[in-house]
Amino acid sequence: MNWETVIGLEVHIQLATASKIFSNAPTAYGAEPNAQASAVDIALPGVLPVINREVIAMATRFGLAIEADITRASVFARKHYFYPDLPKGYQISQYDLPIVAGGHLDIDTPAGGARRIGITRAHLEEDAGKSLHEAFDRETGIDLNRAGTPLIECVSEPEIKTAAEAAAYARKLHSLVTYLGICDGNMAEGSFRIDANVSVRPAGSAEFGTRTETKNVNSFRFLEKAIDYEIERQIDVLEAGGHIIQETRLFDPDSGETRAMRSKEEAHDYRYFPDPDLLPVVIDEAFIETQRSHLPELPDAKAERFGREYGLNDADAIALTQSRALADYFEATVAAAGDDTAALGKPAANWINSELAGVLNREALTIEQAPLSAAQLGGLIARIADDTISGKIAKQVFDALVAGEGESADAIIEAQGLKQITDTGAIEALVDEAITNNPDQVAQYLDGKTKIVGFLVGQVMKASQGKANPKDVNQRLVAKLDAMK
Amino acid sequence: MSLTTDDVRKVAHLARLGLDETELDGYARELSSILDVVDHLGQADTADIAPMSHPLDLGARLREDKPDAAIDREAFQRVAPDVAEGVYRVPKVIE
Repeated sequence: MNWETVIGLEVHIQLATASKIFSNAPTAYGAEPNAQASAVDIALPGVLPVINREVIAMATRFGLAIEADITRASVFARKHYFYPDLPKGYQISQYDLPIVAGGHLDIDTPAGGARRIGITRAHLEEDAGKSLHEAFDRETGIDLNRAGTPLIECVSEPEIKTAAEAAAYARKLHSLVTYLGICDGNMAEGSFRIDANVSVRPAGSAEFGTRTETKNVNSFRFLEKAIDYEIERQIDVLEAGGHIIQETRLFDPDSGETRAMRSKEEAHDYRYFPDPDLLPVVIDEAFIETQRSHLPELPDAKAERFGREYGLNDADAIALTQSRALADYFEATVAAAGDDTAALGKPAANWINSELAGVLNREALTIEQAPLSAAQLGGLIARIADDTISGKIAKQVFDALVAGEGESADAIIEAQGLKQITDTGAIEALVDEAITNNPDQVAQYLDGKTKIVGFLVGQVMKASQGKANPKDVNQRLVAKLDAMK
Repeated sequence: MSLTTDDVRKVAHLARLGLDETELDGYARELSSILDVVDHLGQADTADIAPMSHPLDLGARLREDKPDAAIDREAFQRVAPDVAEGVYRVPKVIE
């Protein structure tokens, strides 16, 4: 039987505020256990929540960025369940009136081209604390520092069709919230957590199959693996005549498998009702317009501008706008390379997407940790553009910059004597030498196999230790050889 | 509106209330009569009234994003039954 997959993603986006959503406790990561848990966060009797304005501002900016409706009077509700890291016995969340309704994200599909994925809603809620199951033998430790940290939960429509598309969606959302500056995007520390709802159904069927929810996915690569595993598992179960149980599953990165966590059937009676401690959040047009004016240039708009201003193709423009830091690095590189942005964009993109990306990948560094600055890379590109050095030598200078052998491309070129030979007499001499020393190849050329000239250029370049200009050498060789015909 | 003893048992379980089997009938009756009172509200004509989530017709007052809580961990943890290494300890929760 042919199966088709239906995927919806729920992403918890931790908001980068200084204080919590309902209390004035700090949100900084890594403090002593419970040192950042205030009376409100630990639910001492008599405390009341007070909403953080910045949380509302960030959620509004997010809603505007995904072209959603901003709810003019959104309501916080209590979601009840019992777990030791939830001190109140309920989580303050939003239910039927979330702050952000609708919206969409255009993803770059693995096959190429864009596809629009609908967003159902994005609501605000408080995070729970952390349960430390391994800390003690017979007890579970509870650290409530994270309790009350503001989250946006963004729920996609079940319109995603493959694991690769799901990863593309998650990457796009991650890029968006970090561009907006509302989330630090640190997946290892749990600032961006993805749950995947996956079901399969016979191709063409109108009804959804029973879905499972896979949690604990903290990288895009794991997301793809977890979903692929889950699709295969469900198809195997169904083809063997079994049925899928609606349940929460955990992804285990070590085995690459998902396993059942707890059955959802009874646990999900959350008894939502409006929180009587909190009045509706009323947002007026002026507030929305203020937030709109604070929106930065977003990835899609930036990619479009990179194409226009720097003459980049779509692939380069999309790659360079994946993160704001990378896009900033690119623009700073071009600015340092010179004024002709239309001509310098393409070489800058090539250096960043190939050589620099290679170094970052090898050393497991982020663009923020790049071993050479945009100014240094721009300085290097400027010297290629003005023919001071050849592309080959440039690679050598690049490696030297990465290794920290000099302050700038100019300093390294000077110190290591890498300047291109501009003395035409010296080049002529090397060209003559190459012709004298390689009679066979010369004969081939004269015989009409003109491609062999590349070999002779290589000989001259070698003799010049890479310091001749290959284009210039090529011209001189061709002129001389043609004269011999 | 009439609640059965099964309804009461379920609600009690969800709220983690330890009700005695002998108490179920009484609660079913009392809770049903509360719901009956609430049902009276259904008779009011609300055709032109926007639903409200709160009895006060006001919006929430928002707070500036300033971390300035006075957090006295020692004092907070003094009332907890079991604390070690700065964390609250509870009976082992098995996932």
